Amino acid sequence: MLYISTKYQIIRKDFPFYLGKTAHGGLWVQIKNLPGHLPKESPSHVQEIMKWNGWGYSDSRFLFNKKGQAEFTGKRYRLSGMIIPGLKDWFECTFGASLQHKTPPLLNSSAVQPPTLNEAFVEELKSTGIPFSQDAEDRVFRAHGHCLHEIFALREGKFGRVPDMVVWPNCHNDVVKIVELASKHNVCLIPYGGGTSVSSALECPPEETRSIVSLDTSQMNRILWVDEKNLTAHVEAGIVGQDLERLLNESGYCTGHEPDSMEFSSLGGWVATRASGMKKNIYGNIEDLVVHIKMVTPQGVIEKSCQGPRMSTGPDIHHFIMGSEGTLGVVTEVTMKIRPMPEYQKYGSVVFPNFEQGVACLREVARQRCAPASIRLMDNEQFKFGHALKPQVSSIFTSFLDGLKKFYITKFKGFDPNRLCVATLLFEGDREKVLQHEKQVYDIAAKFGGLAAGEDNGQRGYMLTFVIAYLRDLGMDYYVIGESFETSVPWDRVLDICRNVKARIVRECKERGVQFPPLSTCRVTQTYDAGACVYFYFAFNYRGLSDPVQCQNLHAAREEILANGGSLSHHHGVGKLRKEWMRETVSNVGMGMLKSVKDYVDPNNIFGNRNLL
Amino acid sequence: MTNTYRDSGRAGLVDERQFVDILEERRHSSDLGHALRTFNPHPYQGAAPCSAAELNKAVLEAQYLRYVTKEIAMETGSSVEEVRKEACGILEEMSQNLQLGFIRLMGYTLTKVFKRLFTSIFVNMEGLNMLQQAIQETPVILMPNHRSYVDFLIISYILFTYDIPVPVIAAGIPLAGMKMVGEILRRSGAFFIRRAIGSDKLYWAVLSEYVKAIVRKGYAPMEFYVEGLRSRTLKSLTPKLGMMHMVLEPYFKGEVFDITLVPISISYDRVLEESLLAHELLGVPKPKESTMGLLKASKVLQEDYGTMHVNFGRPLSVRQLCHGKINRCQYNLIPRDLPQKPTAEAQACVSWLAHLMVRIQEEGSLISPWSLMACLLLQAPITVLTEEGLLWQQLTEKTLWLRKLALDYGARLNWSGQAPDSDVMSSAVALHCSIVHRKAGRVYLVQEEELARKRPISLEEGVTRTAAAVLMLASYRNQLLHVFVRPALLATAIHITKSTQRNELFTFFCFLQDLFSYEFIFIPDKLSQDFEEACLLLKKCGAVHISQQEVTLSDMGLEALSFLQALLQPFIDSYQVMFRYLSEEGVNVFTEKQFLPAVRNLATKLILSGELHTYEALSSDTQKNVLSALRRLEAVTKLRASEQNEYKVNKAAVRRTGDILSGKIPPQMLQTTPDARL
Repeated sequence: MLYISTKYQIIRKDFPFYLGKTAHGGLWVQIKNLPGHLPKESPSHVQEIMKWNGWGYSDSRFLFNKKGQAEFTGKRYRLSGMIIPGLKDWFECTFGASLQHKTPPLLNSSAVQPPTLNEAFVEELKSTGIPFSQDAEDRVFRAHGHCLHEIFALREGKFGRVPDMVVWPNCHNDVVKIVELASKHNVCLIPYGGGTSVSSALECPPEETRSIVSLDTSQMNRILWVDEKNLTAHVEAGIVGQDLERLLNESGYCTGHEPDSMEFSSLGGWVATRASGMKKNIYGNIEDLVVHIKMVTPQGVIEKSCQGPRMSTGPDIHHFIMGSEGTLGVVTEVTMKIRPMPEYQKYGSVVFPNFEQGVACLREVARQRCAPASIRLMDNEQFKFGHALKPQVSSIFTSFLDGLKKFYITKFKGFDPNRLCVATLLFEGDREKVLQHEKQVYDIAAKFGGLAAGEDNGQRGYMLTFVIAYLRDLGMDYYVIGESFETSVPWDRVLDICRNVKARIVRECKERGVQFPPLSTCRVTQTYDAGACVYFYFAFNYRGLSDPVQCQNLHAAREEILANGGSLSHHHGVGKLRKEWMRETVSNVGMGMLKSVKDYVDPNNIFGNRNLL
Repeated sequence: MTNTYRDSGRAGLVDERQFVDILEERRHSSDLGHALRTFNPHPYQGAAPCSAAELNKAVLEAQYLRYVTKEIAMETGSSVEEVRKEACGILEEMSQNLQLGFIRLMGYTLTKVFKRLFTSIFVNMEGLNMLQQAIQETPVILMPNHRSYVDFLIISYILFTYDIPVPVIAAGIPLAGMKMVGEILRRSGAFFIRRAIGSDKLYWAVLSEYVKAIVRKGYAPMEFYVEGLRSRTLKSLTPKLGMMHMVLEPYFKGEVFDITLVPISISYDRVLEESLLAHELLGVPKPKESTMGLLKASKVLQEDYGTMHVNFGRPLSVRQLCHGKINRCQYNLIPRDLPQKPTAEAQACVSWLAHLMVRIQEEGSLISPWSLMACLLLQAPITVLTEEGLLWQQLTEKTLWLRKLALDYGARLNWSGQAPDSDVMSSAVALHCSIVHRKAGRVYLVQEEELARKRPISLEEGVTRTAAAVLMLASYRNQLLHVFVRPALLATAIHITKSTQRNELFTFFCFLQDLFSYEFIFIPDKLSQDFEEACLLLKKCGAVHISQQEVTLSDMGLEALSFLQALLQPFIDSYQVMFRYLSEEGVNVFTEKQFLPAVRNLATKLILSGELHTYEALSSDTQKNVLSALRRLEAVTKLRASEQNEYKVNKAAVRRTGDILSGKIPPQMLQTTPDARL
């Protein structure tokens, strides 16, 4: 911190970063040190600062105040405490929703089934001194991820099968003990990291008759060492993204791995699902970042013998671990690459006359391999959504300036406000190079009719990612439900898949009797040499529908994705939500390979969350 | 899901309130005013207007065409540039150049022509409204049947009148060759396709890219005839699959979200080309399309052609229709613009859809009272028609009986209850004075006088003369065949096999369907459904009792049964004549050019000797269908090495087919699997 505070000046509280100004006038970002996060003494404490039936921190939520204006509560985020004047109109117009019709969550949490305990296991566990709990709240909290159907059920006070107890190992050896005991007493273990899964991966299989133990890794959250010579750090797998970055930042380093869930998701979870970070263009995805993994399985511990940067030693055993989704064991420790913190960071944005031009530009950027740390393209609906989230502006001058910009783009440049779309950019590196890089990208954009649209728009775009999950909870208060999902697809199919999947959602909603057309929107969030990652959002007003969650039609949307050459998942994983498509995705032989690994590593299905296969 | 394409409860007498006479307004207001009306249609959402030049540029730059160009350059040894130039030439010859000004000109001219030819042109507004809606949501393919040159621009005319984007239309290249007219058509949206493209790879590539580009862009609906060409017999033709596949491919490959197919049924009281078509079928060559020819034909314009009905079918979603029929993932592993042979699955899906569209066109077409009468006239002995005359009383009574049967069978009849029935029938006969005339309570076939006047005619010429009139009658009968064909096949099966066993009848039914697959259009792989439908309809008119195992005759429905069986008799007789020729008289190897006159001579001889009772055996269309059917049954094979389309006949196989058809080989001897070849 000393290093930073002498050189930089903090200019505003930001989410989930501190945003500051460097001596050169560039921007820098610093992960915030959040107070009171997971104190070691009381592992159950997490429920007190986090919602149990919605997204994120309890103190942070959207609401419509008495004047009918939207505001965001709390103090954690840039939007916190602000009025968002445009949101109400957007909300009502987009969904045909009304503030008169509320659907508050039901708060009876009495319906939790009593735990099925394996007494012998509990007895032996007690003797190890590892903390555990059979408290209903602790169990419910770890029984779900953040799929719409999971949250919807929680709000209705419906709990299916939940873990029978929760255990908090403190280190690798604790995990070894727990897994041994579980194997010995035939107990089902479900590893739990940050709980941000969106693949039904944390759902307890209803057919499971054994005692289910949720293995919560949150107490294994230390950085064990930093190797500055090789630029690696050895970290316990339970550490949460923002803590990892904060702690490394203190010594001037970062991993650069920033998935959208990084406030809450854990390193072990990233490894287990093959996560992808926003700035993968510079730092790589999780598979590029890990150097060494230690995982505890019922057969023992699996790890490599050295830290060589690349090996030709048969199929990479890391790839059995990455994406195993908790079916083979628990990742306990990971050696990760680290980088010196970037000297300079700069947001940017480009407005395109339409989505087609925007995609063409991203494709060209990828062809020239000059993608900035992050480049994302939002479609028109999302662009409008972003606008609706603008906080109240303080000065008449700003609003005048906004008006002028709008006039310039729509009237002077002839962009159709119902077609234009925006790309958000994040550049990182040393100042000279960033500026040079920025010019290169803007020059390419100009060839596709793109106009630079300022840092502010870019930054708001990234902010959207973090608050959209909170917005879903607001929607659910007013009969609006929504979900998101992602895929990866070759470049030549990007436009087709975006159009077809969005249209499929609209048509399915219509066929299922959804009265008001849904919000159906997408963005291209990552670029690769051979394709891109596309993220879809949709939401609709479910008043008058008997089974709203069924109407969301994730199934149809995923079939549409697959029929358009998209992958089953780019980074969310398969879980139980998408496993019906695994066989056609990896072929019969592929499926057999995975199965035989599972059969060897975990013949008694101790890691019985039944994800993936 | 399977029945989504059916119009429910729409059969029967047509509700006339739905149909609006679009000529009505033209007769009361200015033609010029109509031509210059404000035209402000709403195209497919978001589709920018696309000029012909832009479209052509997009086609030439398409990756697919580049691949093919390179491939052809490699194969032929010419340079890529040369092949590209050739592609440019093809495109130039092909491409439309749709311009609003010419649409207006076309509107003005057509108003004049239509007003002269037709009493009214009825269009169903409901269908038009649905089309208007559909056009804003997805690319639309208009799929009319084609019974007359008159209907070439009728759809454009209607859409222009109702402020809907006018289509680009696939047309045969001969039209392009007409002076002036070709260019006018081009600017009215026609694009021109060569006949018999064969294995010209570059041509296929340019055409398919052109068609796909239009569908993908979706700025204008595309119109094409799934039957490929104008039906000379007014009967539906076996659909052509090439164009259909090109149109559907953008959906298969995910380049568009959905495509809407709009089947359109155009029905005429009287077809302009009736006499011309009959003569063509008898071997008088078709005059080459020329502007002079068109002008000469203007005398045709003096006559009355009654009314025309344009029935826009319910728009059908390709996505819904193909659900479960095509796995679009099959295109995931190879670049979509790489030239690729369609998979068996895709081909089957395309074929099914094409046949389905023909079936829907048939179901949507309106049957005129005259069709019913033509049907009955053909069942009278020829001497009655030419010499004694058929009693008017008898004809009208029987026509009313048939009207009821047709309604029971779900036909859409253009026979309103408003005018007295006798007036309706009288005016039908009056309208068709070129075929029949009524004198002293009797109806006679009109024989062409021109031939007769020049010199005393030979017996053979006499046959041709009568045949022309019979074939004209037959063409009007053909307009309603689709209503009766399934029960008629079953009635025929019962008649020939004398069996009551359901499975035997089914076997024979399948045989007949297979044999007549070029004659009547059936949706592939729907044999059991067709058979069930046939059983149901025969039961409905009281002709049979049906149990699990048996189909037994009932006394009640003999009239219907014999009518149905007689309906197919001309086809059976004609086929037998040709089987006889092939298995006994003809040589082993022959060309189509030799075959047609030879069988015509045989048929003429048999007619004169009184052995053959139908003149339809003289129709070259029937003759070609027999060849195709035999090829399908593998009794005739095309010689590959031959340049002149030579055929080789397996006489034993042909004889066997004839024996089955005549009932000499009982159905037990046929293989029971429905799709088994004989």
